[in-house]
Amino acid sequence: MRSFIIRRLISAVLVLFAISVMVFLIFFATPGVDPAARIAGRSATPQILEQVRAAFGLNRPIPIRYLLMMEHLFIKHDLTSYVNVGDRVLPQILQAAPVTLSLVIGAAVIWLIVGVLGGVVAAANRGKFIDPLIMFVGIAAVSVPAYWLGEVVNYFTQSKFHSSIFSWVPSSGYVSPTTNPWQWALHLLFPWLTLAALYAGIYARVLRAELVNAMNEDYVRTARAKGLSERRILLRHALRCSLISIVSLFGLDFGALIGGAALLTEVVMGLPGIGMLTYNALQNLDLPVLMGCVMYGAFFIVLANAVVDVLYAWLDPRVRLA
Amino acid sequence: MLSVRDLRVSFATRQGALRAVDGLSFDVGSKEVLGIVGESGSGKSVAMYSMLGLVRDSNVTISGSVKFEGREILGLSDREMQSVRGGDIGMIFQDPMTALTPVYTVGWQIVEQIRAHTDMTKQQARERAIGLLGEVGIPDPKSRVDHYPHEFSGGMRQRVVIAMALSCNPKLLIADEPTTALDVTTQAQILDLMLKMQESYGSSIVIITHDMGVIAEMAHRVVVMYAGRPAEIGPEVDVVRYPRHPYTWGLLGAVPRVDSKNRRLVTIPGTSVSPLDVPEGCAFGPRCEHRMEICDERPVLHGPGDHLDACWLSDAQRLAIRSARSVAGGAS
Amino acid sequence: MGALVVVAFMVTACLLAPVYAHQIAHEDPFSSNLLGRIRLNGRMVSVLQANTQGAGYGVTPIGPTWHFTNYFLGADNQGRDVFARFLYGGRASLLIGSVSAVICCAVATVMGLAGGYFGGAIDWVVSRLFDIVWAFPIYLLAISLSVILLTSGVNIGPLHIGPGSMMVPILIIGAIFVPYVGRPLRGIVLSLKEREFIQAAIGSGASDWHILSREVFPNVAPSIIVFFPLMVAFDMLTESSLSFLGIGVQPPNASWGTIIQDGLGLLYTRPWVAIAPGLGIVITAGALNVFGDGLRDAFDPKAKLRGSI
Repeated sequence: MRSFIIRRLISAVLVLFAISVMVFLIFFATPGVDPAARIAGRSATPQILEQVRAAFGLNRPIPIRYLLMMEHLFIKHDLTSYVNVGDRVLPQILQAAPVTLSLVIGAAVIWLIVGVLGGVVAAANRGKFIDPLIMFVGIAAVSVPAYWLGEVVNYFTQSKFHSSIFSWVPSSGYVSPTTNPWQWALHLLFPWLTLAALYAGIYARVLRAELVNAMNEDYVRTARAKGLSERRILLRHALRCSLISIVSLFGLDFGALIGGAALLTEVVMGLPGIGMLTYNALQNLDLPVLMGCVMYGAFFIVLANAVVDVLYAWLDPRVRLA
Repeated sequence: MLSVRDLRVSFATRQGALRAVDGLSFDVGSKEVLGIVGESGSGKSVAMYSMLGLVRDSNVTISGSVKFEGREILGLSDREMQSVRGGDIGMIFQDPMTALTPVYTVGWQIVEQIRAHTDMTKQQARERAIGLLGEVGIPDPKSRVDHYPHEFSGGMRQRVVIAMALSCNPKLLIADEPTTALDVTTQAQILDLMLKMQESYGSSIVIITHDMGVIAEMAHRVVVMYAGRPAEIGPEVDVVRYPRHPYTWGLLGAVPRVDSKNRRLVTIPGTSVSPLDVPEGCAFGPRCEHRMEICDERPVLHGPGDHLDACWLSDAQRLAIRSARSVAGGAS
Repeated sequence: MGALVVVAFMVTACLLAPVYAHQIAHEDPFSSNLLGRIRLNGRMVSVLQANTQGAGYGVTPIGPTWHFTNYFLGADNQGRDVFARFLYGGRASLLIGSVSAVICCAVATVMGLAGGYFGGAIDWVVSRLFDIVWAFPIYLLAISLSVILLTSGVNIGPLHIGPGSMMVPILIIGAIFVPYVGRPLRGIVLSLKEREFIQAAIGSGASDWHILSREVFPNVAPSIIVFFPLMVAFDMLTESSLSFLGIGVQPPNASWGTIIQDGLGLLYTRPWVAIAPGLGIVITAGALNVFGDGLRDAFDPKAKLRGSI
């Protein structure tokens, strides 16, 4: 198990390295893209461009620039924005991260509970009214753009019914839980529900399919022959085996969301998280900030993948020994 | 002890009714081993599963009567059946590689069954599980009890399944092709083990197989099934030595025998009939070498004493066919 | 197959967008119409009305008239007919979704087949490429690529694509999802290679090309058929997200994503500008997913893209 974890960590670091190189190359070495021209503005003279290049170290060879940027980002922690000169990237990321974490963790709790419940209920009532309903929600969940759902939710809670049933909904924004935990939850409630709704549908559908497969397995027949109750067979045998694939799915989704996929929800819901930071950097093409955000996201995704692999081994004894 | 009368199982399909079991009747006495033999698809497994309520298909219709120790168990509610399954009747399955839940230790799975049927504490149940694993011949049961199914070989896993089936002292053990998925040397060991355990636990056994060799080794009495219908029923000695139904002749001919002078494998011509269109008359008719006009009518089980068969051939005809055969080749 | 009918309906409606815009509505969906006036219930009404609420600053475009020939869904803040733009946007979304899915499936098939069949160094390269893109924050990859390629265009060898071209999002979306399709295909090829009929073909000395095209590909094709509609739906959603962020389809072109973006500022006064294109996406992607699911049940129940799809 220990060598397994070590091997997994090494490969995670390698993947991170590969990602950082790729992002760097995309931003700074794509033919026809000149970061200096972007910083200097459209009407810059060649002399000004040259000055800008020198000032930002853009006249050095690409490998050196890569190393310098990594040094500033990871060792000196003083990578600064191109746009708001002097603004360091790292503090911005550290300030935005709790918002994203609050959003994604809260939503994850909701979607896991609702999704697992939905999947189990659908599988236990196969063929009855509730089953196709949950399947329908599952299909809808992979077909609805998250940001659009956010807009529709905003429309109903902030405008259409804001003066009646949703008068208690605060205007969008973020309140730190250390300032006011109640306001924190209240502000995040609809962002949580919006994000969770889609994933809950997806998870219910996936789990239902897994459970239906599991209930046709030989070991379920054995469990029935042992005289166990249907409830126990579903929950202790079929669900326990199906959870393995749900966990790996969850790891991927959770990592992706923390790492930036929540961007659209953050933008629509007005939450100043990593996604919003990325979005703003995108608007004015602030490459160092973008680079920082992407590396931050990649870090969480790679970390989540590694954690999932370890969890997987813990959940599935067959992998544990291999 | 177990008495099955006119068991019928059919599935509604798009192509019409699929009659998987069509009028099966037999009895199992105390401490008796009954073998049910037939080709795959002959309905032997479905018959056993439907008796125990293990056929979970909304399109299934089951009728007839199954009495276990005088009590009708067909049509019991799922909850009532739960105490019968695993408690009074234990089951052993074909493929030990998939029969156990992969994510729990074997000990956990045996304890689970014991605690479902008795009020033993976890510790007592665990002690019993270790004892059972030792009895079925698993070396070092004290440590093996905490191993996962995938850490056992196929034969060892089947031993675990047997230990589990015996854990609540069942009066009846149903074994569905318990050796088919195992290699030949292991097969013999598992059969020996089952006989040994049957002796010490005093349970009756119904063993389902397509292998006449297993029948000869284990069974006291035999039911030969074809296309969901019983073709022949009788004591093992009589059925194997003096088979009466042409299908049984074929089955016995299909068993390779070391002592036979004729080493060529005999096969039954044609393929097993589709259970969707079993003929009105004798189900074996289309494949039978001795088909007569009357075979368009369905034969009933009949015969001298306790050796019954469903065939229109008269005793004289059978005698003639059998003697002609032994002169010609002497395979059986 | 109701799902297929829905897809066909949406495609047809969107293909008829020019007919609607020029023959029925007589509005150019791409040029602004700030001072336009239309006849509504016998009265002339301005397309953009002065906002009388609040400080009276700014204008509110006309809302849905529910008259099919005339600003059916109202106007956006440039006075353009939302319904005409909705149809044009749908054309762009469907085009990008399907073309990028074709590219994605084609590239994934070539890579998956090559990696799985030849093994060795080819497989190593293919698998590592898949691994890296797989581990990459997919949205961030799309965003990074879009940001750069939208300013520079694509200039690889003889290939020149202008920065504003729709080929930019098509290529990006096609590329980033290649591992989603390629990985499962590679797995299928690996297991096929163990099967007797492939072994027999190899043993009989058939050429690699023959085996790949006659033996391997026909056995992988059902999975590709299943993946395709799912990928179209998936790609449409991705396109709309990128366009929403302003880094997908570039003005004056419109897609459902850009129209939702247009509608963001009008959400509280004219919600239909944002709601209509969203419904278009939901209905089309939903129908494609149902259709894909049906194909999966029919062709290849085990086919699975990454994760939940």
